[in-house]
Amino acid sequence: MRVSLTVNGKLRESEVEPRLLLVHFLRDVLGLTGTNIGCDTSSCGACTVLIGGDSVKSCTMLAVQADGTEITTIEGLAGEALHPVQEAFRQNHGLQCGYCTPGMVMAAASLLAEQPHPSEEEVRAGLEGNLCRCTGYHNIVKSVLAAADMAPVPAPAVAS
Amino acid sequence: MTATEATTAPGSAGAVLGTRRLRTEDPPLLTGESLFVADIKLSGCLHLALVRSTVAHGRILSVDLGPAKSMPGVVAAFSGADLKDAWAAPMPCAWPVTADMLSPTHLPLAVETVAYLGDAVAAVVAESEYAARDAADAVVVEYDPLPAVIHLEDALSDRNLVHEELGTNSSYTWELSPDPVAVEAAFAAAAHTVSKRYVQQRLIPSAMEPRGVLVVPHPYGGEYTVYSATQIPHILKIMLAITTGIPETSLRVIAPSVGGGFGSKLNVYAEEILAVVLAQRLRRPIRWVEERSENSVATIQGRGQIQHIDLAADSGGKITAIRVKLLADMGAYLQLVTPGVPLLGAFLYTGVYDVPAYSFSCTSVFTTMTPTDAYRGAGRPEATYAIERAIDALAAEVGVDPVEIRRRNFVREEQFPYASVAGLVYDTGRYALALDKALDIAGYQGLRDEQARRRQAGETKQLGIGVSSYMEMCGLAPSRVLGSLNYTAGGWEAATVRLLPTGKVQVVTGTSPHGQGHETAWAMIAADRLTMSPDDIEVIHSDTAMAPYGMDTYGSRSLPVGGVAVALATDKVIDKAREIAAHLLEAAAEDLELTDGSFRVKGSPTMEVALGAVAFEAFSAHNLPDGMEPNLEASVHYDPPNFSFPFGTHIAVVELDTDTGQVRLNRYIAVDDCGNQVNPLIVEGQVHGGIVQGVAQAMWEEALYDDDGNLLTSTMIDYLVPAASELPSFETASTITPSTTNVLGVKGVGEAGTIGSAPAVMNAIVDALSPFGVTDLDMPATPERIWRAMAQASAMAQAEGEA
Ligand code: FES
Ligand code: FES
Repeated sequence: MRVSLTVNGKLRESEVEPRLLLVHFLRDVLGLTGTNIGCDTSSCGACTVLIGGDSVKSCTMLAVQADGTEITTIEGLAGEALHPVQEAFRQNHGLQCGYCTPGMVMAAASLLAEQPHPSEEEVRAGLEGNLCRCTGYHNIVKSVLAAADMAPVPAPAVAS
Repeated sequence: MTATEATTAPGSAGAVLGTRRLRTEDPPLLTGESLFVADIKLSGCLHLALVRSTVAHGRILSVDLGPAKSMPGVVAAFSGADLKDAWAAPMPCAWPVTADMLSPTHLPLAVETVAYLGDAVAAVVAESEYAARDAADAVVVEYDPLPAVIHLEDALSDRNLVHEELGTNSSYTWELSPDPVAVEAAFAAAAHTVSKRYVQQRLIPSAMEPRGVLVVPHPYGGEYTVYSATQIPHILKIMLAITTGIPETSLRVIAPSVGGGFGSKLNVYAEEILAVVLAQRLRRPIRWVEERSENSVATIQGRGQIQHIDLAADSGGKITAIRVKLLADMGAYLQLVTPGVPLLGAFLYTGVYDVPAYSFSCTSVFTTMTPTDAYRGAGRPEATYAIERAIDALAAEVGVDPVEIRRRNFVREEQFPYASVAGLVYDTGRYALALDKALDIAGYQGLRDEQARRRQAGETKQLGIGVSSYMEMCGLAPSRVLGSLNYTAGGWEAATVRLLPTGKVQVVTGTSPHGQGHETAWAMIAADRLTMSPDDIEVIHSDTAMAPYGMDTYGSRSLPVGGVAVALATDKVIDKAREIAAHLLEAAAEDLELTDGSFRVKGSPTMEVALGAVAFEAFSAHNLPDGMEPNLEASVHYDPPNFSFPFGTHIAVVELDTDTGQVRLNRYIAVDDCGNQVNPLIVEGQVHGGIVQGVAQAMWEEALYDDDGNLLTSTMIDYLVPAASELPSFETASTITPSTTNVLGVKGVGEAGTIGSAPAVMNAIVDALSPFGVTDLDMPATPERIWRAMAQASAMAQAEGEA
């Protein structure tokens, strides 16, 4: 089946198997390997990307279901400089092995787009779908709160 | 203090260590640029999928590969019988703890019998991942099921054997009993005794990146490049040579970005050996990426012990003897260090206490479950849990506060260096200092007052306060000690430091980081001594072609062994550079001082030569002192003289809903002493992550098997790795008591959080439950378990009332 979608501002078209998961499409067809896979039950959030600005676990969706959408992956977030959320993670040691990080950053960016000044509790609740085994979340939460203070967090680039 | 990049301005020696330098590892990880094994794409690469056993225990009657082989995209398929002669040696266990330890033959693909669900019985290779998976599902295997063995006491009875050929389920019994008579005498004379049975449930390490391996053969040259999500590229290379018969000189192992390990990637796995052998046969690159549900059964699990601990104490609550008996679950086979894990705890059941008499014995049994092996802390969290729970029970028995019983028993500051009854010599420790600091941060008395108020008022939400004071041994390890424990390898670490012609520096390390930040920290260690900026230093690691020697990363060893090796190699390079500088400046080497990256003559600071200029001189070799070799490079193979002994006190404050049994962790205070800190930012991160793994053992996680040996918690839906929403932020602090056995005064911090936290949380939960007559509880403390314990205690109280 043919899919046509915009990824990180570029129109991408491809012939895919109907059962191909979006995460495999991004990683294997487009070569965007920043989006990671941590589970097979939609539990971990390592594969989180933004679709039309909303965070979505890209392992829960088929590539063909994403036809016509606009997707931002971790590769599309930084320009010359890091995106403020990425910068906040760096400043606050919000990552260790970095495997959960792309998904965590995307989830945090979408959380802040919806809720520019969340409380600690709101950040913790908002990141419930993203697991990290390294950081104990302490510095992740700190990073997201810091990013919220680094006003303004631009909405992640969605191709216009 | 917030982290800034400006805190690392170089200058005189000592300007960099202890600063909160941001990690150089982060930008590529934050942008998706870093490559994990699964991210490495090669054209012509084949994909490997495994057919795993569907029974926990059984005889393989038949394996039909026919349907799989005819599927589109399938290149080859093999049963265990097809490959039974392909192995030069069986899967390795590097720690035969006793001369008579029993170990079954363990092959990458099972041939006649399967002994757990992770046992692979066939392998399928196809052009795509999807095709390989589909074909693996089409392989038909028939089994004659045998009884599962999942309870340790049942395993010990030998009622059903896991490996018939061994004739027993017991693998070994190991004892540490310096003076059994003294132990028995102390128990006979004791005013108080405590006798407890604790269960260390099995845990699934759950690194967020599952395992993966990619083997690239160079068929005409006969070489193989192996990319693996491993903590141990160096050990893996040696073991691949032994198990495949390919010469070590033809193997190169690279651990690219690795997404966490926690011990689960401190192993040599069937898939790694299999992928090399299949790449050799098929002469094409082969890739295998583990799925999460495979990870749950086929990657090692942690803990799995039943602990019996007895304390004897005098009338004042001073411990006079400790007696420990363990029953340890090896799982179906012995993996790399499976049998050694209980031994790593054997020396620590006396905890932070001055104990005169001690005996320890461990019997290990096979079961039809996933092999156990090192998981964060490896033996030490188990030991700390037992003593820290038992000492709370002793406090209750004696009738004093848990804090007071600890104070009465601590090894006191003036006793260091302290020779423990178990045979260790702790260099330094200030246990009361860490305890006091933690109590202070917690506002301990205020918490006890609030607890008393809620108890008095009979509120639904009761407070529990739990204390745990720990010490651990890390920095694995002095090679001779490992030798005396029958470990096959040594515990040294290698480092090379090079000053390049342009004045930049390369540090080559034998450690293999997977989230710990060695690139940042090792650069800081070298920079500090070279009086340069860490920005000018590159750290090379995790590639056996570029860093040929190494013992890799586990056991909180990287800094106290590998980091110290970097410091010593840097010093060697500086010594040589100083000779060259003296020659160039026509001064005596001892008159030179190194500041701001230049050698200066003391007293005439205008006479100077920059390190970079010295490096170029060493490279051009036009004008070196007579007889001196060109270039500035030094290597060190450092074998530590002793373990290091970090310590600390953790306090957990929980809120228990007495109606539902629900527990919430309200506060967590951790005061840790890991000696001098290279980078406090990284230290804190290690503590945070460690705490959560221990909290998770206490509250949520358990690898649960049914009576047929099926794993009931094989997905992240059932196995409860905690999310941010279930945890508070932590209140951490440190005391700094430098180690005296290494030049950096460091100790290691990777496991401290996990070691301190499970007992702190369980002590808090039991404390909250104590007014209801509950004196003990197993982990994980689920609401159901708590609710049942309360119901049972109240039924017992009622029965007693009626009697
Ligand atoms: S990989 Fe998508 S949620 Fe885990
Ligand atoms: S940083 Fe390793 S899983 Fe989050």
